[in-house]
Amino acid sequence: MSARTPDGSPRIVVTGIGWVTPLGHDIETVWKRLLNAESGMAPTTRFDARTFPTTFAAEVRDYDVTRFVKDPKVHATAGLNSQFALGAASQAWKQAGFDAAPPRDPRRVGLYLGAGEGVLDVDNYIGSNLDAWDPATNAVDGVKWAKTALSRMTAAREIEQEPNMPLAHLAREFNARGPAYNCLTACAASTQAIGEAFSIIRRGDADVMIAGGTHTMIHLFGVTGFNRLTALSERKGDPTEASRPFSLDRGGFVMGEGSGMVIIETLEHALARGATPLAEVTGYGSSCDAYRITDIQPDGRGAAVAMGEALRQAGIDPNARGADGRPPIHYISAHGTGTKENDSIETKAIKRLFGDSAKDIPMSSIKSMMGHLIAAAGSVEFITCVLAIRDGIVPPTRNLKTPDPELDLDYVPNEARKVPVDVCISNNFGFGGQNDSLVVRRYQA
Amino acid sequence: MPRQTRRVVITGTGTVTPFGLGTGALWSALCEGKSAVGPCRTFDFSGFPTNLVAQIPDELFDVKAVVPKSYRKATKVMARDTELAVGAAMQAIDEAKVQTKAHESGTVTIPPGRFGCHIGAGLIAAEENELTAALATARGADGKFDISVWGGEGMKNLTPLWMLKYLPNMLACHVTIIHDCQGPSNTITCAEASSLLSIGESMRVIGRGDADACISGGAESKTNLMGMMRQHYAKRLVTSAPGEEPGSVVRPFAPDAKGCVPGEGGGLLVLEAMDTAKARGATAIAELAGFGASQSFCPDTLGVDPAADGQGIIDAVEAALADADIGPDAVDVIIPFGTGVPAVDAAERAAIQHVFGARAASIPLVTLTPSIGNCGAGNGAIAAAVAARCVAEQRLPARLNTKGAAGLDADACASRAAKVGTVLVFTPSLGGQNAAAIIRSIA
Repeated sequence: MSARTPDGSPRIVVTGIGWVTPLGHDIETVWKRLLNAESGMAPTTRFDARTFPTTFAAEVRDYDVTRFVKDPKVHATAGLNSQFALGAASQAWKQAGFDAAPPRDPRRVGLYLGAGEGVLDVDNYIGSNLDAWDPATNAVDGVKWAKTALSRMTAAREIEQEPNMPLAHLAREFNARGPAYNCLTACAASTQAIGEAFSIIRRGDADVMIAGGTHTMIHLFGVTGFNRLTALSERKGDPTEASRPFSLDRGGFVMGEGSGMVIIETLEHALARGATPLAEVTGYGSSCDAYRITDIQPDGRGAAVAMGEALRQAGIDPNARGADGRPPIHYISAHGTGTKENDSIETKAIKRLFGDSAKDIPMSSIKSMMGHLIAAAGSVEFITCVLAIRDGIVPPTRNLKTPDPELDLDYVPNEARKVPVDVCISNNFGFGGQNDSLVVRRYQA
Repeated sequence: MPRQTRRVVITGTGTVTPFGLGTGALWSALCEGKSAVGPCRTFDFSGFPTNLVAQIPDELFDVKAVVPKSYRKATKVMARDTELAVGAAMQAIDEAKVQTKAHESGTVTIPPGRFGCHIGAGLIAAEENELTAALATARGADGKFDISVWGGEGMKNLTPLWMLKYLPNMLACHVTIIHDCQGPSNTITCAEASSLLSIGESMRVIGRGDADACISGGAESKTNLMGMMRQHYAKRLVTSAPGEEPGSVVRPFAPDAKGCVPGEGGGLLVLEAMDTAKARGATAIAELAGFGASQSFCPDTLGVDPAADGQGIIDAVEAALADADIGPDAVDVIIPFGTGVPAVDAAERAAIQHVFGARAASIPLVTLTPSIGNCGAGNGAIAAAVAARCVAEQRLPARLNTKGAAGLDADACASRAAKVGTVLVFTPSLGGQNAAAIIRSIA
């Protein structure tokens, strides 16, 4: 097969993957734990959440960014998002072979991240606000606020909260000087980032892109925000049982954190430098619900459009069957947050698109094990698809013991399943209405 | 494969700036040489090195008066940044004479599935009074914040939708709902480069056929406590003396430039494929002929102090020129970021001089910050709207304050008629991202 697709665009392959997640900081450890249906959830330690409606989360533990970067001094100010991103991207960069032989022209190496906003300097922020609060006027006194804030807060910590700072760290670490973007479309961000990175290479504006996401919202205001929206699981008892996508008794998502990063490049570029393609990206679809601020369009219209566009670009007819009688997609990495609304509408959207075939496609949510990485969710789920293709096994949906009669697809309950996987679709849908899907397939020369 | 399959035109521009609603209001003020810089009206900012900002007066913009009647209730959950985007979008749609769901009658001009939306956003600051009123209910016996009180009862004093106000993609969320844009939608968050990067992404989305039209640009308000503090820490803030004439403090490219003031503003364009725009009988204001993006090498990693050689900016500008298939000689006017922050000015000057060589000193620059401050994610799109006006009116706005700009045509002068065929707009950002666009008259 040539290095071009039938429409004349270059083929795009994945040559490196890396992640930092609540289940570990390297590809193989985390993959093994996902296949074992292990959970990363435990009582929250990043702040005192004991009286919060939700007291647990899936936190990244024992992580040390200095193990991953060339010169830790360059990244001394890095916030958590940047730290996670550096670890994940360094793994991907190394696997792609770029640490041994860097790309020849940095201007042909771009970045497209879906990184979240950084963590507020919570104590000093709250302190400054309360010190300046004037109960008589019900207002913050600006002069007092400035005095306290400027004496307590620091430049690095404040600037590091800008969502484009992980981008700045990665650009510096890998000397990437091509097109550089950060997008923040809530839970869809890093799927969209990989999709747009794919589009940038396809058009010829870069040879190589570093793409993915990074995010933590496990902090006082993040958990407050989602608790107020009643989007988080408030389950009592064992936290490892709290995330229950597609289960009748699902009650919300569990916050995770971390980063997933991939290196994608043209097949031609990869082969010319002797790199090994891990998988091929063949389709990207993006749509917007344009429905309501808080609700998903109830028929799953937007989600179905995004998936449909991704399939169309990949040249896949959703209703066709392969020579082996199987549907054209062998695994769906679900958005599967574990909220009532998402899981039922996502199921509807998949039925809408695949019709009778829908029930024959294994589909699971790794959020049942590593929680919801918000902006970074799509990137780690995309990587899961690459690994499912590599090993011919799909990860399970943990805690799916009480099926919801309305949700009647194959959610791969509780146990990983060995099944040949050549083509996957990875879905993410953001609060705010953005929907994104990627098609990734086995690389065949 | 052809790099660009469809040409993209600008059929509408909308801005909300300290001069009010609409590009017309901005354009008149710029041509008259006005500055909106003045003391902050919402907070006393005298605890910062300057208390000067460029704010939108309440009497000039009320989001409730802009949105469709049925959407007024939703304005309660809009942050200031979202209000600006919603206002600018409505203006752009009107200027493009596009009928959308917002008009609540008639046939929509652009099929919803073919209508995309890319709106750049900043790091949206929570409203201090609203949040602190809730935080103040969670004081412990010692008067200090007690997290255990907050986790139990305190947080209930925040409205359930509190967080939804502050997600950066809420700008696009509201705009897409109001106008029923169901095509590709994204939220670029690369500080000051956000809106020009969004415009570039829309151009690519239309170019590759994934949409026929996009609402595209960005908006941000930095005239709040957190915005001021972060601008101060990023070394972008001017230091002003009491009694100093507010309109004179921002001086792009001047030897005595000393920083910028935070502003607030939004700019959105209606971008359309030339073929479908023609088919619906639209009048194109200008063509979006080229786009380029790049990342700078940042000596300090974060880009607070940009590299003096301007290499990243050069890369973006050269990519945009190549994309438009023109050489530097074709450029008649340049709208840089032009902040008046000496380090940023130096990088931009180096880039202009590198790309344009001997012509650098004679290409007129348009400088906006003396009038409207740094509108963050709104900057590039506001500049693009002004560029389209320059092309349409064959005129350059006035320039303020600068005296003795070395090697550049940037000194203060009155507005004048000029032959404007091709305008280069570019924005470097804190963080090192650069975006450049070529806007030219319809050939």
